[in-house]
Amino acid sequence: MSDLNRLTIAEARDALAKGETTSADLTEACLTAIDASGKLNAFVHHTPDMARGMAKAADQRIKAGDAAPMTGIPVGIKDVFCVKGVPSQAASRILDGFRPEYESTVTQNLWNAGAVMLGKLNQDEFAMGSANENSVYGPAINPWKAADGRDLTPGGSSGGSAAAVAADLCLAATGTDTGGSIRQPAAFTGTVGLKPSYGRVSRWGVIAYASSLDQAGPMTKTVRDAAIMLGAMASVDPQDSTSADKPVPDYESLLTGDIRGKKIGIPREYRIDGLPEEIAALWQKGADMLRDAGAEIVDISLPHTKYALPAYYVIAPAEASSNLARYDGVRYGRRAKLGQGDGIVEMYEKTRAEGFGPEVQRRVMIGTYVLSAGFYDAYYNRARKVRTLIKRDFECAFADGVDAILAPTTPSAAFALGASDNADPVQMYLNDVFTVTLNLVGLPGISVPVGQDKNGLPLGLQLFGRPFDEGNLLNQALVLEKAAGFVAKPGRWW
Amino acid sequence: MSITEDEARKVAHLARIAVDDSALPALARDLSGILAFMEQLNEVDVDGVEPMTGVVPMRLKRREDVVTTGGMPEKILANAPDAREGFFAVPKVVE
Repeated sequence: MSDLNRLTIAEARDALAKGETTSADLTEACLTAIDASGKLNAFVHHTPDMARGMAKAADQRIKAGDAAPMTGIPVGIKDVFCVKGVPSQAASRILDGFRPEYESTVTQNLWNAGAVMLGKLNQDEFAMGSANENSVYGPAINPWKAADGRDLTPGGSSGGSAAAVAADLCLAATGTDTGGSIRQPAAFTGTVGLKPSYGRVSRWGVIAYASSLDQAGPMTKTVRDAAIMLGAMASVDPQDSTSADKPVPDYESLLTGDIRGKKIGIPREYRIDGLPEEIAALWQKGADMLRDAGAEIVDISLPHTKYALPAYYVIAPAEASSNLARYDGVRYGRRAKLGQGDGIVEMYEKTRAEGFGPEVQRRVMIGTYVLSAGFYDAYYNRARKVRTLIKRDFECAFADGVDAILAPTTPSAAFALGASDNADPVQMYLNDVFTVTLNLVGLPGISVPVGQDKNGLPLGLQLFGRPFDEGNLLNQALVLEKAAGFVAKPGRWW
Repeated sequence: MSITEDEARKVAHLARIAVDDSALPALARDLSGILAFMEQLNEVDVDGVEPMTGVVPMRLKRREDVVTTGGMPEKILANAPDAREGFFAVPKVVE
């Protein structure tokens, strides 16, 4: 078999089961592709020895008839996940040299299932960003090119994961989504990205950004692969007190392709001013596809949608300022060089000034401000109350019998790198306008590639599901994927 | 609401991030812009609404009050920028 790195998880699994290929061969194909992908800057820490060792073990396991669905599948891991003994620094200078002494639950679950670790993937620093430009490693580059040949962002914060999957450097990758960081990069690269319900996947060992919003999920080439990989990543974890006490279903077995009678809501508030015509047309096309498959399309209202973005940009920085207080130059990572007579406060202040990039500093300071005495009620508490109202919007829609909600993933296709250089921070935050709501309400969502813009760049639509209803959500996404028939791949230039 | 340079300096200090005086005007401008964006929240009637503490309606899990891990000082210290004789080392705190 040729081009083994281009396979999907399902294809590779079936080929492995039939003895048509080996994990060792799959892994070599990916390692070769990674070696030739320097220009994409997707893989930032390489673990070829580990990969070869794990592939060998997987092949033995398959031979012994003990294979799980992910056994022998080579994957990339976002830098934000702690992998024992492997640099894990969430793309931050402040975690320079940090090698965890322990393993995140998600990666442990993947290794237990027999998946193969190829290396760590680029991202925005501490998962804060929408363009993967806030990274100590420099930006990851989208394998898709602009019509004029300019480099495009793969999106963020899971930009390296999306670029790696789109460029076939791995069969799949892990991502995390705090305000859209799985779904937006998936939409920008023509791949599938799933943010599970809050609590479905353990946060243990995932370097924290905003703990009430963070959720890890799979980034894959197909919806079926997302179902397989979510099954391997999810678990009930005593190490994470917010991990839900719900058994993990066999998501793949729920992919029937039958969505007849399902009610899909189209939220009118997502038709924002200035929504580009081609995004509106794509959205309509997606609704038509689901209707043709037997779903009922209904207009719904989520009246507080407009306030999701400002509420998010209060709550997420507040939690970040608290979470990132741990980077003090004492216990791990990097400490600034101190001057004569510098005390412990100077050490903290210099270490954090040198170690955090500008966007992280901004969010930590905004968070500090909204939590500080005198402003706590005006900003933080108000935002949490608005969050309650936003959740109520969804509860009302579901109570009216809506099974899922269809919306665009992003207001545009991938934009050029450097576009954010002189933009004011709020302009960049607007990229998250369709995605942050879901994190505020803890629901599952999936972005599926559905079409291309006038320049041939991929565009995605997202489906939101009921709480812990990933099974139905994936099934609806499968129908959308089939009807859209998105097969375009970026031409290789790297 | 707009943030003065003095307030920006104070926030930076609370966040324990050293900011040069020359960078304060730009920082104050950025923070003011972000806060202005948040002012939209004032349009919402939140009377009688409970602030959300968690998105999933569940009681925080409890476990037996027993020791489940520990006894690994060398692992805890392995990533410290400065560790000596089984301790984290920091600049002098007390004169």
